[in-house]
Amino acid sequence: MSTTASNQHREAPAKPTTPAGKAADYLDQRTSIGVLVKEFARKVFPDHWSFMLGEIALFSFVVLLISGVFLTMFFEPSMALTHYEGQHPANMHGQLMSVAFASTLEMSFEVRGGLLMRQIHHWSALIFMAAIVTHMMRIFFTGAFRKPRELNWLVGMTMLILGLAAGFSGYSLPDDVLSGNGLRITDGVIKSIPVIGSYTSYLVFGGEFPGAHIVPRLFTIHILIVPGLLLALIALHLFLMVLNKHTQYPGGGRTDDNVVGFPALPVYVAKMTGNFFIIFGVLALMGATMAINNVWNYGPFDPSPVSAGAQPDWYMLFLEGSLRLMPGQGTEWVIAGFTLPLNILVPAMVVPGLLFTFLFVYPFVEAKVRGDEREHHVLDRPRNVPTRTALGVAFLTAFIILALAGSNDLIATHFHLSINSITWVFRVLIFVGPVFAFWVTKRVCLGLQRKDRELVLHGHESGRIVRFANGEYIEVHRPLDEQERWLRVNYHAYEPLRIEPKSDARGVKRKGYGADRRWQRLSRFFFEDRVEPVTPAELAAAHAHGEHDELAPAEHPAIGAGVGAGHGTTQGH
Amino acid sequence: MKALAARRHHRFAPAVLLLLALLVTGGVYAALAPSPASADTASTADIETGKKLFQANCATCHGANAEGSPGVPSLVGVGAAAVDFQVSSGRMPMQMSGPQAISKPRQMDEEQTAALAAYVSSLGAGPAIPTDAQVDPADGDIANGMALFRTNCAMCHNAVGAGGALSEGKFAPALWETTPRNIYQAMLTGPQSMPVFNDANVTPEEKQDIIAFLVDQREGSAGGNALGGLGPVSEGLWGWAVGMGVLIGAAVWIGAKSS
Repeated sequence: MSTTASNQHREAPAKPTTPAGKAADYLDQRTSIGVLVKEFARKVFPDHWSFMLGEIALFSFVVLLISGVFLTMFFEPSMALTHYEGQHPANMHGQLMSVAFASTLEMSFEVRGGLLMRQIHHWSALIFMAAIVTHMMRIFFTGAFRKPRELNWLVGMTMLILGLAAGFSGYSLPDDVLSGNGLRITDGVIKSIPVIGSYTSYLVFGGEFPGAHIVPRLFTIHILIVPGLLLALIALHLFLMVLNKHTQYPGGGRTDDNVVGFPALPVYVAKMTGNFFIIFGVLALMGATMAINNVWNYGPFDPSPVSAGAQPDWYMLFLEGSLRLMPGQGTEWVIAGFTLPLNILVPAMVVPGLLFTFLFVYPFVEAKVRGDEREHHVLDRPRNVPTRTALGVAFLTAFIILALAGSNDLIATHFHLSINSITWVFRVLIFVGPVFAFWVTKRVCLGLQRKDRELVLHGHESGRIVRFANGEYIEVHRPLDEQERWLRVNYHAYEPLRIEPKSDARGVKRKGYGADRRWQRLSRFFFEDRVEPVTPAELAAAHAHGEHDELAPAEHPAIGAGVGAGHGTTQGH
Repeated sequence: MKALAARRHHRFAPAVLLLLALLVTGGVYAALAPSPASADTASTADIETGKKLFQANCATCHGANAEGSPGVPSLVGVGAAAVDFQVSSGRMPMQMSGPQAISKPRQMDEEQTAALAAYVSSLGAGPAIPTDAQVDPADGDIANGMALFRTNCAMCHNAVGAGGALSEGKFAPALWETTPRNIYQAMLTGPQSMPVFNDANVTPEEKQDIIAFLVDQREGSAGGNALGGLGPVSEGLWGWAVGMGVLIGAAVWIGAKSS
């Protein structure tokens, strides 16, 4: 306190004159917030449209909170039974239903703007999950999860799972037939767990499904626990982002030791605010014009009816597809009186377990096989890490095949196909598709890298053909400028791990050799096929060769062309 | 009574009783059985025209006397309702064989259809074509129709009648454009993969309620564009296409502004 006072004495700053200035001064004198504002206003962020994908998730979450608060004012999470008295919709009038369902109808048809809010909330949820997935793709394919951001990747993964939990719990609240079908599947999955399954189901539902407790319980999860955790993790996510600094795309002058971009104020604050209004606007427009989850079409929950086209929201569709693909016959084993329902356990537990485990451990596995401890602040171009890119595409292929399998009935009706054939095709594709996608993607990446090499060494084709006095024709190549070249040569092609020998000079076996061997094998899978960036020496040699072009035929092979796969591409144009 | 008691053990008594029982059973059946096909409106001339149409368009598969052939049903006793449903919805005459007959623009006009129906129903009694009053959606109870529809129909036809898949390329068609009369007839006759919902199972009034519910669905959704009424898959698809499409587009636009 005393230092502040003496500061004021010494400098005697001019009194602010504008109302905003006075308010800021008032606040600053009491909180010293000016220090923080100065720090943040000057903080530099790199610029790229793909850095705004996370913002879509963040701002749709804000919309979710705002519309969700509105909905809680009218929703009654009770499974008590009532007769619906409202005149609208006509098909629900006088029907027996739970209070939760009735209050959903009243909220939609009696409350002014209620249906709009419900639809905005639901569309925001779909977009929230879609934005998270898209944001994750950007992080994955550019390698933004590398040191020091592995922890933030884990925070993000946890938020993805919380997002699924939020979506699932909210989807089940209205207590309509469709969401009840989802809960029924959940119940079945819980019961399929050996030994503890039926006890757990009774615990979750407070008795036999559906019971009278699940809606209030999901309500607490949906409006308190999950959003609370999400908020805390979003804060942590953003804090870690600021702490680690933002990554930047490769380009001239951008290194792991600097950040090239614009200050937060005014550039990013303006952009973020603009983006927020666009996102809010698009979500409101979707809620206003596109119907979503019209629960009165399905009616109040009753365990017996299941309508055609009963599916979960898109982010759960992969689980539905996984269940639909699993053959039922011969996969339910009865061992000593206990049923082991592999037809449910495998698709509903093992498949998502594998998918999520892959996402959770990937950054750590990759760091290990890369064998480097450096910090990475410059992003990778996806082509420069072919195996990672290929693994990511293979993962997405599996996810998309599962989601399509979950929509097999709609594919059948809309493309006039046999649902049985579609299911069999997907059963094969779920194994073959990802492998094929991996292979194709890796080849494409390596091809693009070779193309880059060729560009760097020989420049752009200009299309200008020159004829020499001796009758020889050559095409003139325009060399790349500095920026273009930097982008294409400034990466590191990792080599497979080198490990210590099996035994030392005296023939004593080394501890941990087996594990090292396994990591080395994995590392080879990652980095055996690689295209090295053009070295300065190669570039100089190519340039010398280029000048030579003016005198001699261009068909001569390039001199000292790089390592490995680079050879082929440096010859003959 | 004495006279009856005396003749009780007459050796013809069982035969007389049997005859009486048969007469009563037959009489009650005649009184209570569903009325046979539009016999009252069908003239012999109609039947003759129908027969000619049948032999020209249907006999190749169904046989000269509608007795059917391997894989093709006999039409004796299917009734006028079945004929009217199949022909007026364009399913018959069938264009090509496949998992099931596809609805297409009708090939026969009202009169021809009526003549065909008269001919087929003259071969054996079956359900009659419902009257306009029976299928009028205005008289149905939408809420009851919804309850019946979701218990009996939605598992194949989707919750709002948007259609659904069956095995091996067969499907339950969307009901957006099906006429009320055809909806009624389909329930009554159970065409192709569809089960029969006879009048004991779903009463005529209940059938009318279902029609009222389905016609009400054509008004569209209170929430805006119904996106085909297909549920979460189409919502997800549109969410990605429209929502993420526009938002990523906006991000690219904002990101491009200064760099």
